[in-house]
Amino acid sequence: MKLAYWMYAGPAHIGTLRIATSFKNVHAIMHAPLGDDYFNVMRSMLERERDFTPVTASVVDRKVLGRGSQDKVVTNIVRKDQEEAPDLIVLTPTCTSSILQEDLQNFVARAQEQSKADVLLADVNHYRYNEFTAADRTLTQIVSYYIEKLAGNLPARSEKPTANILGISTLGFHNHHDCRELKQLLADLGVEVNVVAPEGCSVHDIQKMPSAWFNVVPYRELGRGAAEYLQRQTGQPLIDITPMGILQTARFIRAVQQILNTQGARVEYEEYIRSQTLFVSQAAWFSRSIDCQNLQGKRAVVYGDLTHAAAMTRILAREMGVRVVWAGTFCKYDAEWFKAEVADLCDEVLISDDHAEVGDRIAAAEPAAIFGTQMERHIGKRLNIPCGVISSPIHIQNFPVGYRPFLGYEGTNQIADLVYNSFTLGMEDHLLEVFGGHDTKEVITKTMTAQSDLEWDEAATRELAKIPGFVRSKVKRNTEKFARESGRDKITLEVMYAAKEAAGA
Amino acid sequence: MVSQPTTSSGPQFECETGNYHTFCPISCVAWLYQKIEDSFFLVIGTKTCGYFLQNAMGVMIFAEPRYAMAELEEGDVNAKLNAYDELQRLCLQVKKDRNPSVIVWIGTCTTEIIKMDLEGIAPKLEDEIGIPIVVARANGLDYAFTQGEDTVLAAMASRCPAPQEVRSEEEKKERTGGLRTLFSHGKKDEKKAGPAPSEYVDHQPLVLFGSLTDPVVNQLTLELKKQGIRVSGWLPAPRYTELPIVEQGVTYVAGVNPFLSRTASALQRRMRCNLITTPFPIGPDGTRGWIEAICQALGVIPKGLDEREQQIWDALRDDVEFLKGRSVFFMGDNLLEVSMARFLIRCGMIVHEVGIPYMDKRYQQAELELLDRTCRELGHPPVRIVEKPDNYNQIQRIYACKPDLVITGMAHANPLEARGITTKWSVEFTFAMIHGFTNAHDMLKMVRKPLDRNNALKSLGWEKLIQEV
Repeated sequence: MKLAYWMYAGPAHIGTLRIATSFKNVHAIMHAPLGDDYFNVMRSMLERERDFTPVTASVVDRKVLGRGSQDKVVTNIVRKDQEEAPDLIVLTPTCTSSILQEDLQNFVARAQEQSKADVLLADVNHYRYNEFTAADRTLTQIVSYYIEKLAGNLPARSEKPTANILGISTLGFHNHHDCRELKQLLADLGVEVNVVAPEGCSVHDIQKMPSAWFNVVPYRELGRGAAEYLQRQTGQPLIDITPMGILQTARFIRAVQQILNTQGARVEYEEYIRSQTLFVSQAAWFSRSIDCQNLQGKRAVVYGDLTHAAAMTRILAREMGVRVVWAGTFCKYDAEWFKAEVADLCDEVLISDDHAEVGDRIAAAEPAAIFGTQMERHIGKRLNIPCGVISSPIHIQNFPVGYRPFLGYEGTNQIADLVYNSFTLGMEDHLLEVFGGHDTKEVITKTMTAQSDLEWDEAATRELAKIPGFVRSKVKRNTEKFARESGRDKITLEVMYAAKEAAGA
Repeated sequence: MVSQPTTSSGPQFECETGNYHTFCPISCVAWLYQKIEDSFFLVIGTKTCGYFLQNAMGVMIFAEPRYAMAELEEGDVNAKLNAYDELQRLCLQVKKDRNPSVIVWIGTCTTEIIKMDLEGIAPKLEDEIGIPIVVARANGLDYAFTQGEDTVLAAMASRCPAPQEVRSEEEKKERTGGLRTLFSHGKKDEKKAGPAPSEYVDHQPLVLFGSLTDPVVNQLTLELKKQGIRVSGWLPAPRYTELPIVEQGVTYVAGVNPFLSRTASALQRRMRCNLITTPFPIGPDGTRGWIEAICQALGVIPKGLDEREQQIWDALRDDVEFLKGRSVFFMGDNLLEVSMARFLIRCGMIVHEVGIPYMDKRYQQAELELLDRTCRELGHPPVRIVEKPDNYNQIQRIYACKPDLVITGMAHANPLEARGITTKWSVEFTFAMIHGFTNAHDMLKMVRKPLDRNNALKSLGWEKLIQEV
């Protein structure tokens, strides 16, 4: 047993559900107790999803515990097949089904006989995989399932250069914006996007994947498994450079150039890279401008998933001259890759998924800014250090409506703003402290109390203190007005409640 | 307002597949750890439980909560590790870091399936570490959302001391301090605020059960004080060490929430209390019914209730005028549904369906009777109560009956709004103050808000925001 307050990566079934629900017309059925369908709330709230999340539970209750699921799972799959006519139903195990050890594969086989939809059992064990590894595995599983259905009759390569983008998914950090930016970037390079998966992809599109010239895997966490599978099956090369930051975007473009030229196209992107870097993206100019001069040698810490923490460390260290005191990730399973990526870019590397340790290390480093997850933002609040959020786990404010990619050339602009705003806010805060802070608060409070000729008893005062700050003065005013009108000179709890009732009218 | 009374045959009960969305009952730790100030809640479960808690509780997780996961690893599940040793290690850690007055173990689905004997381990460990350990099995195999609180309070009920166990005067005062914040300070305030202690009617001790925020506790306590009824304690109290004194065969108990049926039966059977069956104090009608039932059980003649109720209805006139004739559909997830539906019917609304996770007809008897009476008096057809609803079927019914408002969980709210159906998140009613006369307006304000907002946007013509295929 482990005493735990917070986790950076979710359980395995979350990863599977993220993949299943990113596809079009795929339904997931969880073998889970009541209440485990919290994923639907997250998707509906964080992504502000307009459609019903295609996830239902085949509920494990006391009866199932006693006698096994028997026909229940099969019935639920067949029912969903009839109601929603999905292309694919993914039976999703949870921690509960991991222990029950029912023969889910057998249920899938039986359900398949009665369903029009394809039926798959997600091959993820709760105790072996987390959200990220399970997501990667499920995507690979679905892709290979449909490629294998082709039985070797692969579609021919497209005439013009095309690419698949693998790893864009629901609840991914700024994934929708990144995808749009990547499509734009590839279009600029004369590469057409063949299939994007899993987001918005129909399972039928998977069989078109082999006609692309190569695969793009923008994120380290998701899509590699599928891209490597395709490489083995169809010989498609893959690019796993994350085009985040000016340098990495250029490297990405050169990788595209090399692949296309090897496959017989004649492309030359150096001029494109030059003009984008110097004149379209503002980031190169930004790092040269005197604002960024102020950032020189400032201390920062970086923490997050593999992709974003590594890329951010590179941007801060190489492109902005910020000193990264330590860079860390919670993806312990891929620690070696991370260490190799950031080894020369920071003083120290932290591999940990314990938020208390991360907090202690931040407190010890005393950086001028933090780039981390929502958890580090809160640690920063407590320590009075500004924080830019660069990675999951995230809240609703990290699903902005406006266009905010982290990848590509527009991404470099967004990141420049994020970095700059984090540091200037820190400076502003610092100056405020030097000059004794904002001084208006006290005055407002004094005026409020001076006007009052009424006495508040202790219980009422305490009650008033419990009311959230932003409405407290309104409640105070209403109560006093009520007390005056009803000729009372002392405010007790009863008077407060009576005032509330009267104000209700 | 009263139309021709119909011959109602009482509510119609149905039961569906139980395929509905609700919160896992372990969510109760979020409000109970805040209510019981000296407690520590240890949820013994997996990453799935932890992920739910940290996401559902949002920002609260960052405030150094007095709860944690005892996260089970593979070695715990296949019994390679000894549960007693593991729990001992964790609880000693908790004792060292937080020194709580009670540790509440929340059993989960996993501890059920692997049959971890929490009830057996707890007393031994309790002796060893010197901190009371209360075991509540609040799991998704058996319960929904608010029923989690029910399992915790039922387990805590048996920890309420008998009068002979409480010797010191000071402790007695603490444990009978239902109005701790009112009486423990400033004795002189009391004379002006209400009747002196002697003005209480002489009646059997009354303990109320259900976790409410302190202001609502104070409001309801004051409301009973107006009837001369003294509340001698609340389960739960603000501190574990202040659990109320319960005298077997003597103490009367009454619930404030409709989801507390196990607590009610624990108090009744194990602690030999006299359970007062009441409607629940939601809405002025419910609050009045609640006070009347308590008065009747304690042999007190209620006074001034007509005026009190009328005074609140007068204050609600605008809301009632607005809501009258509009229809509402409860998908069901927190067990407050029947009481809320009853109040809204009294306000003149039409209720299409009351989905509810679980219906204890005995514990909710008085509430169901009040619902029936309300329907008769307002000429509302018998209410359809659907236990263990099926969300998919419900959505088909919602499409068919086109209600003005759907009260539902967050999984369905946005998709329904995108289809032009106005919704209100049911969870808000669980966390907001809706009890008693004082808060009736707040509840109606919450019901009105989505309707007001969508009215405000009406002229824009953006009702359906999905593309029809």
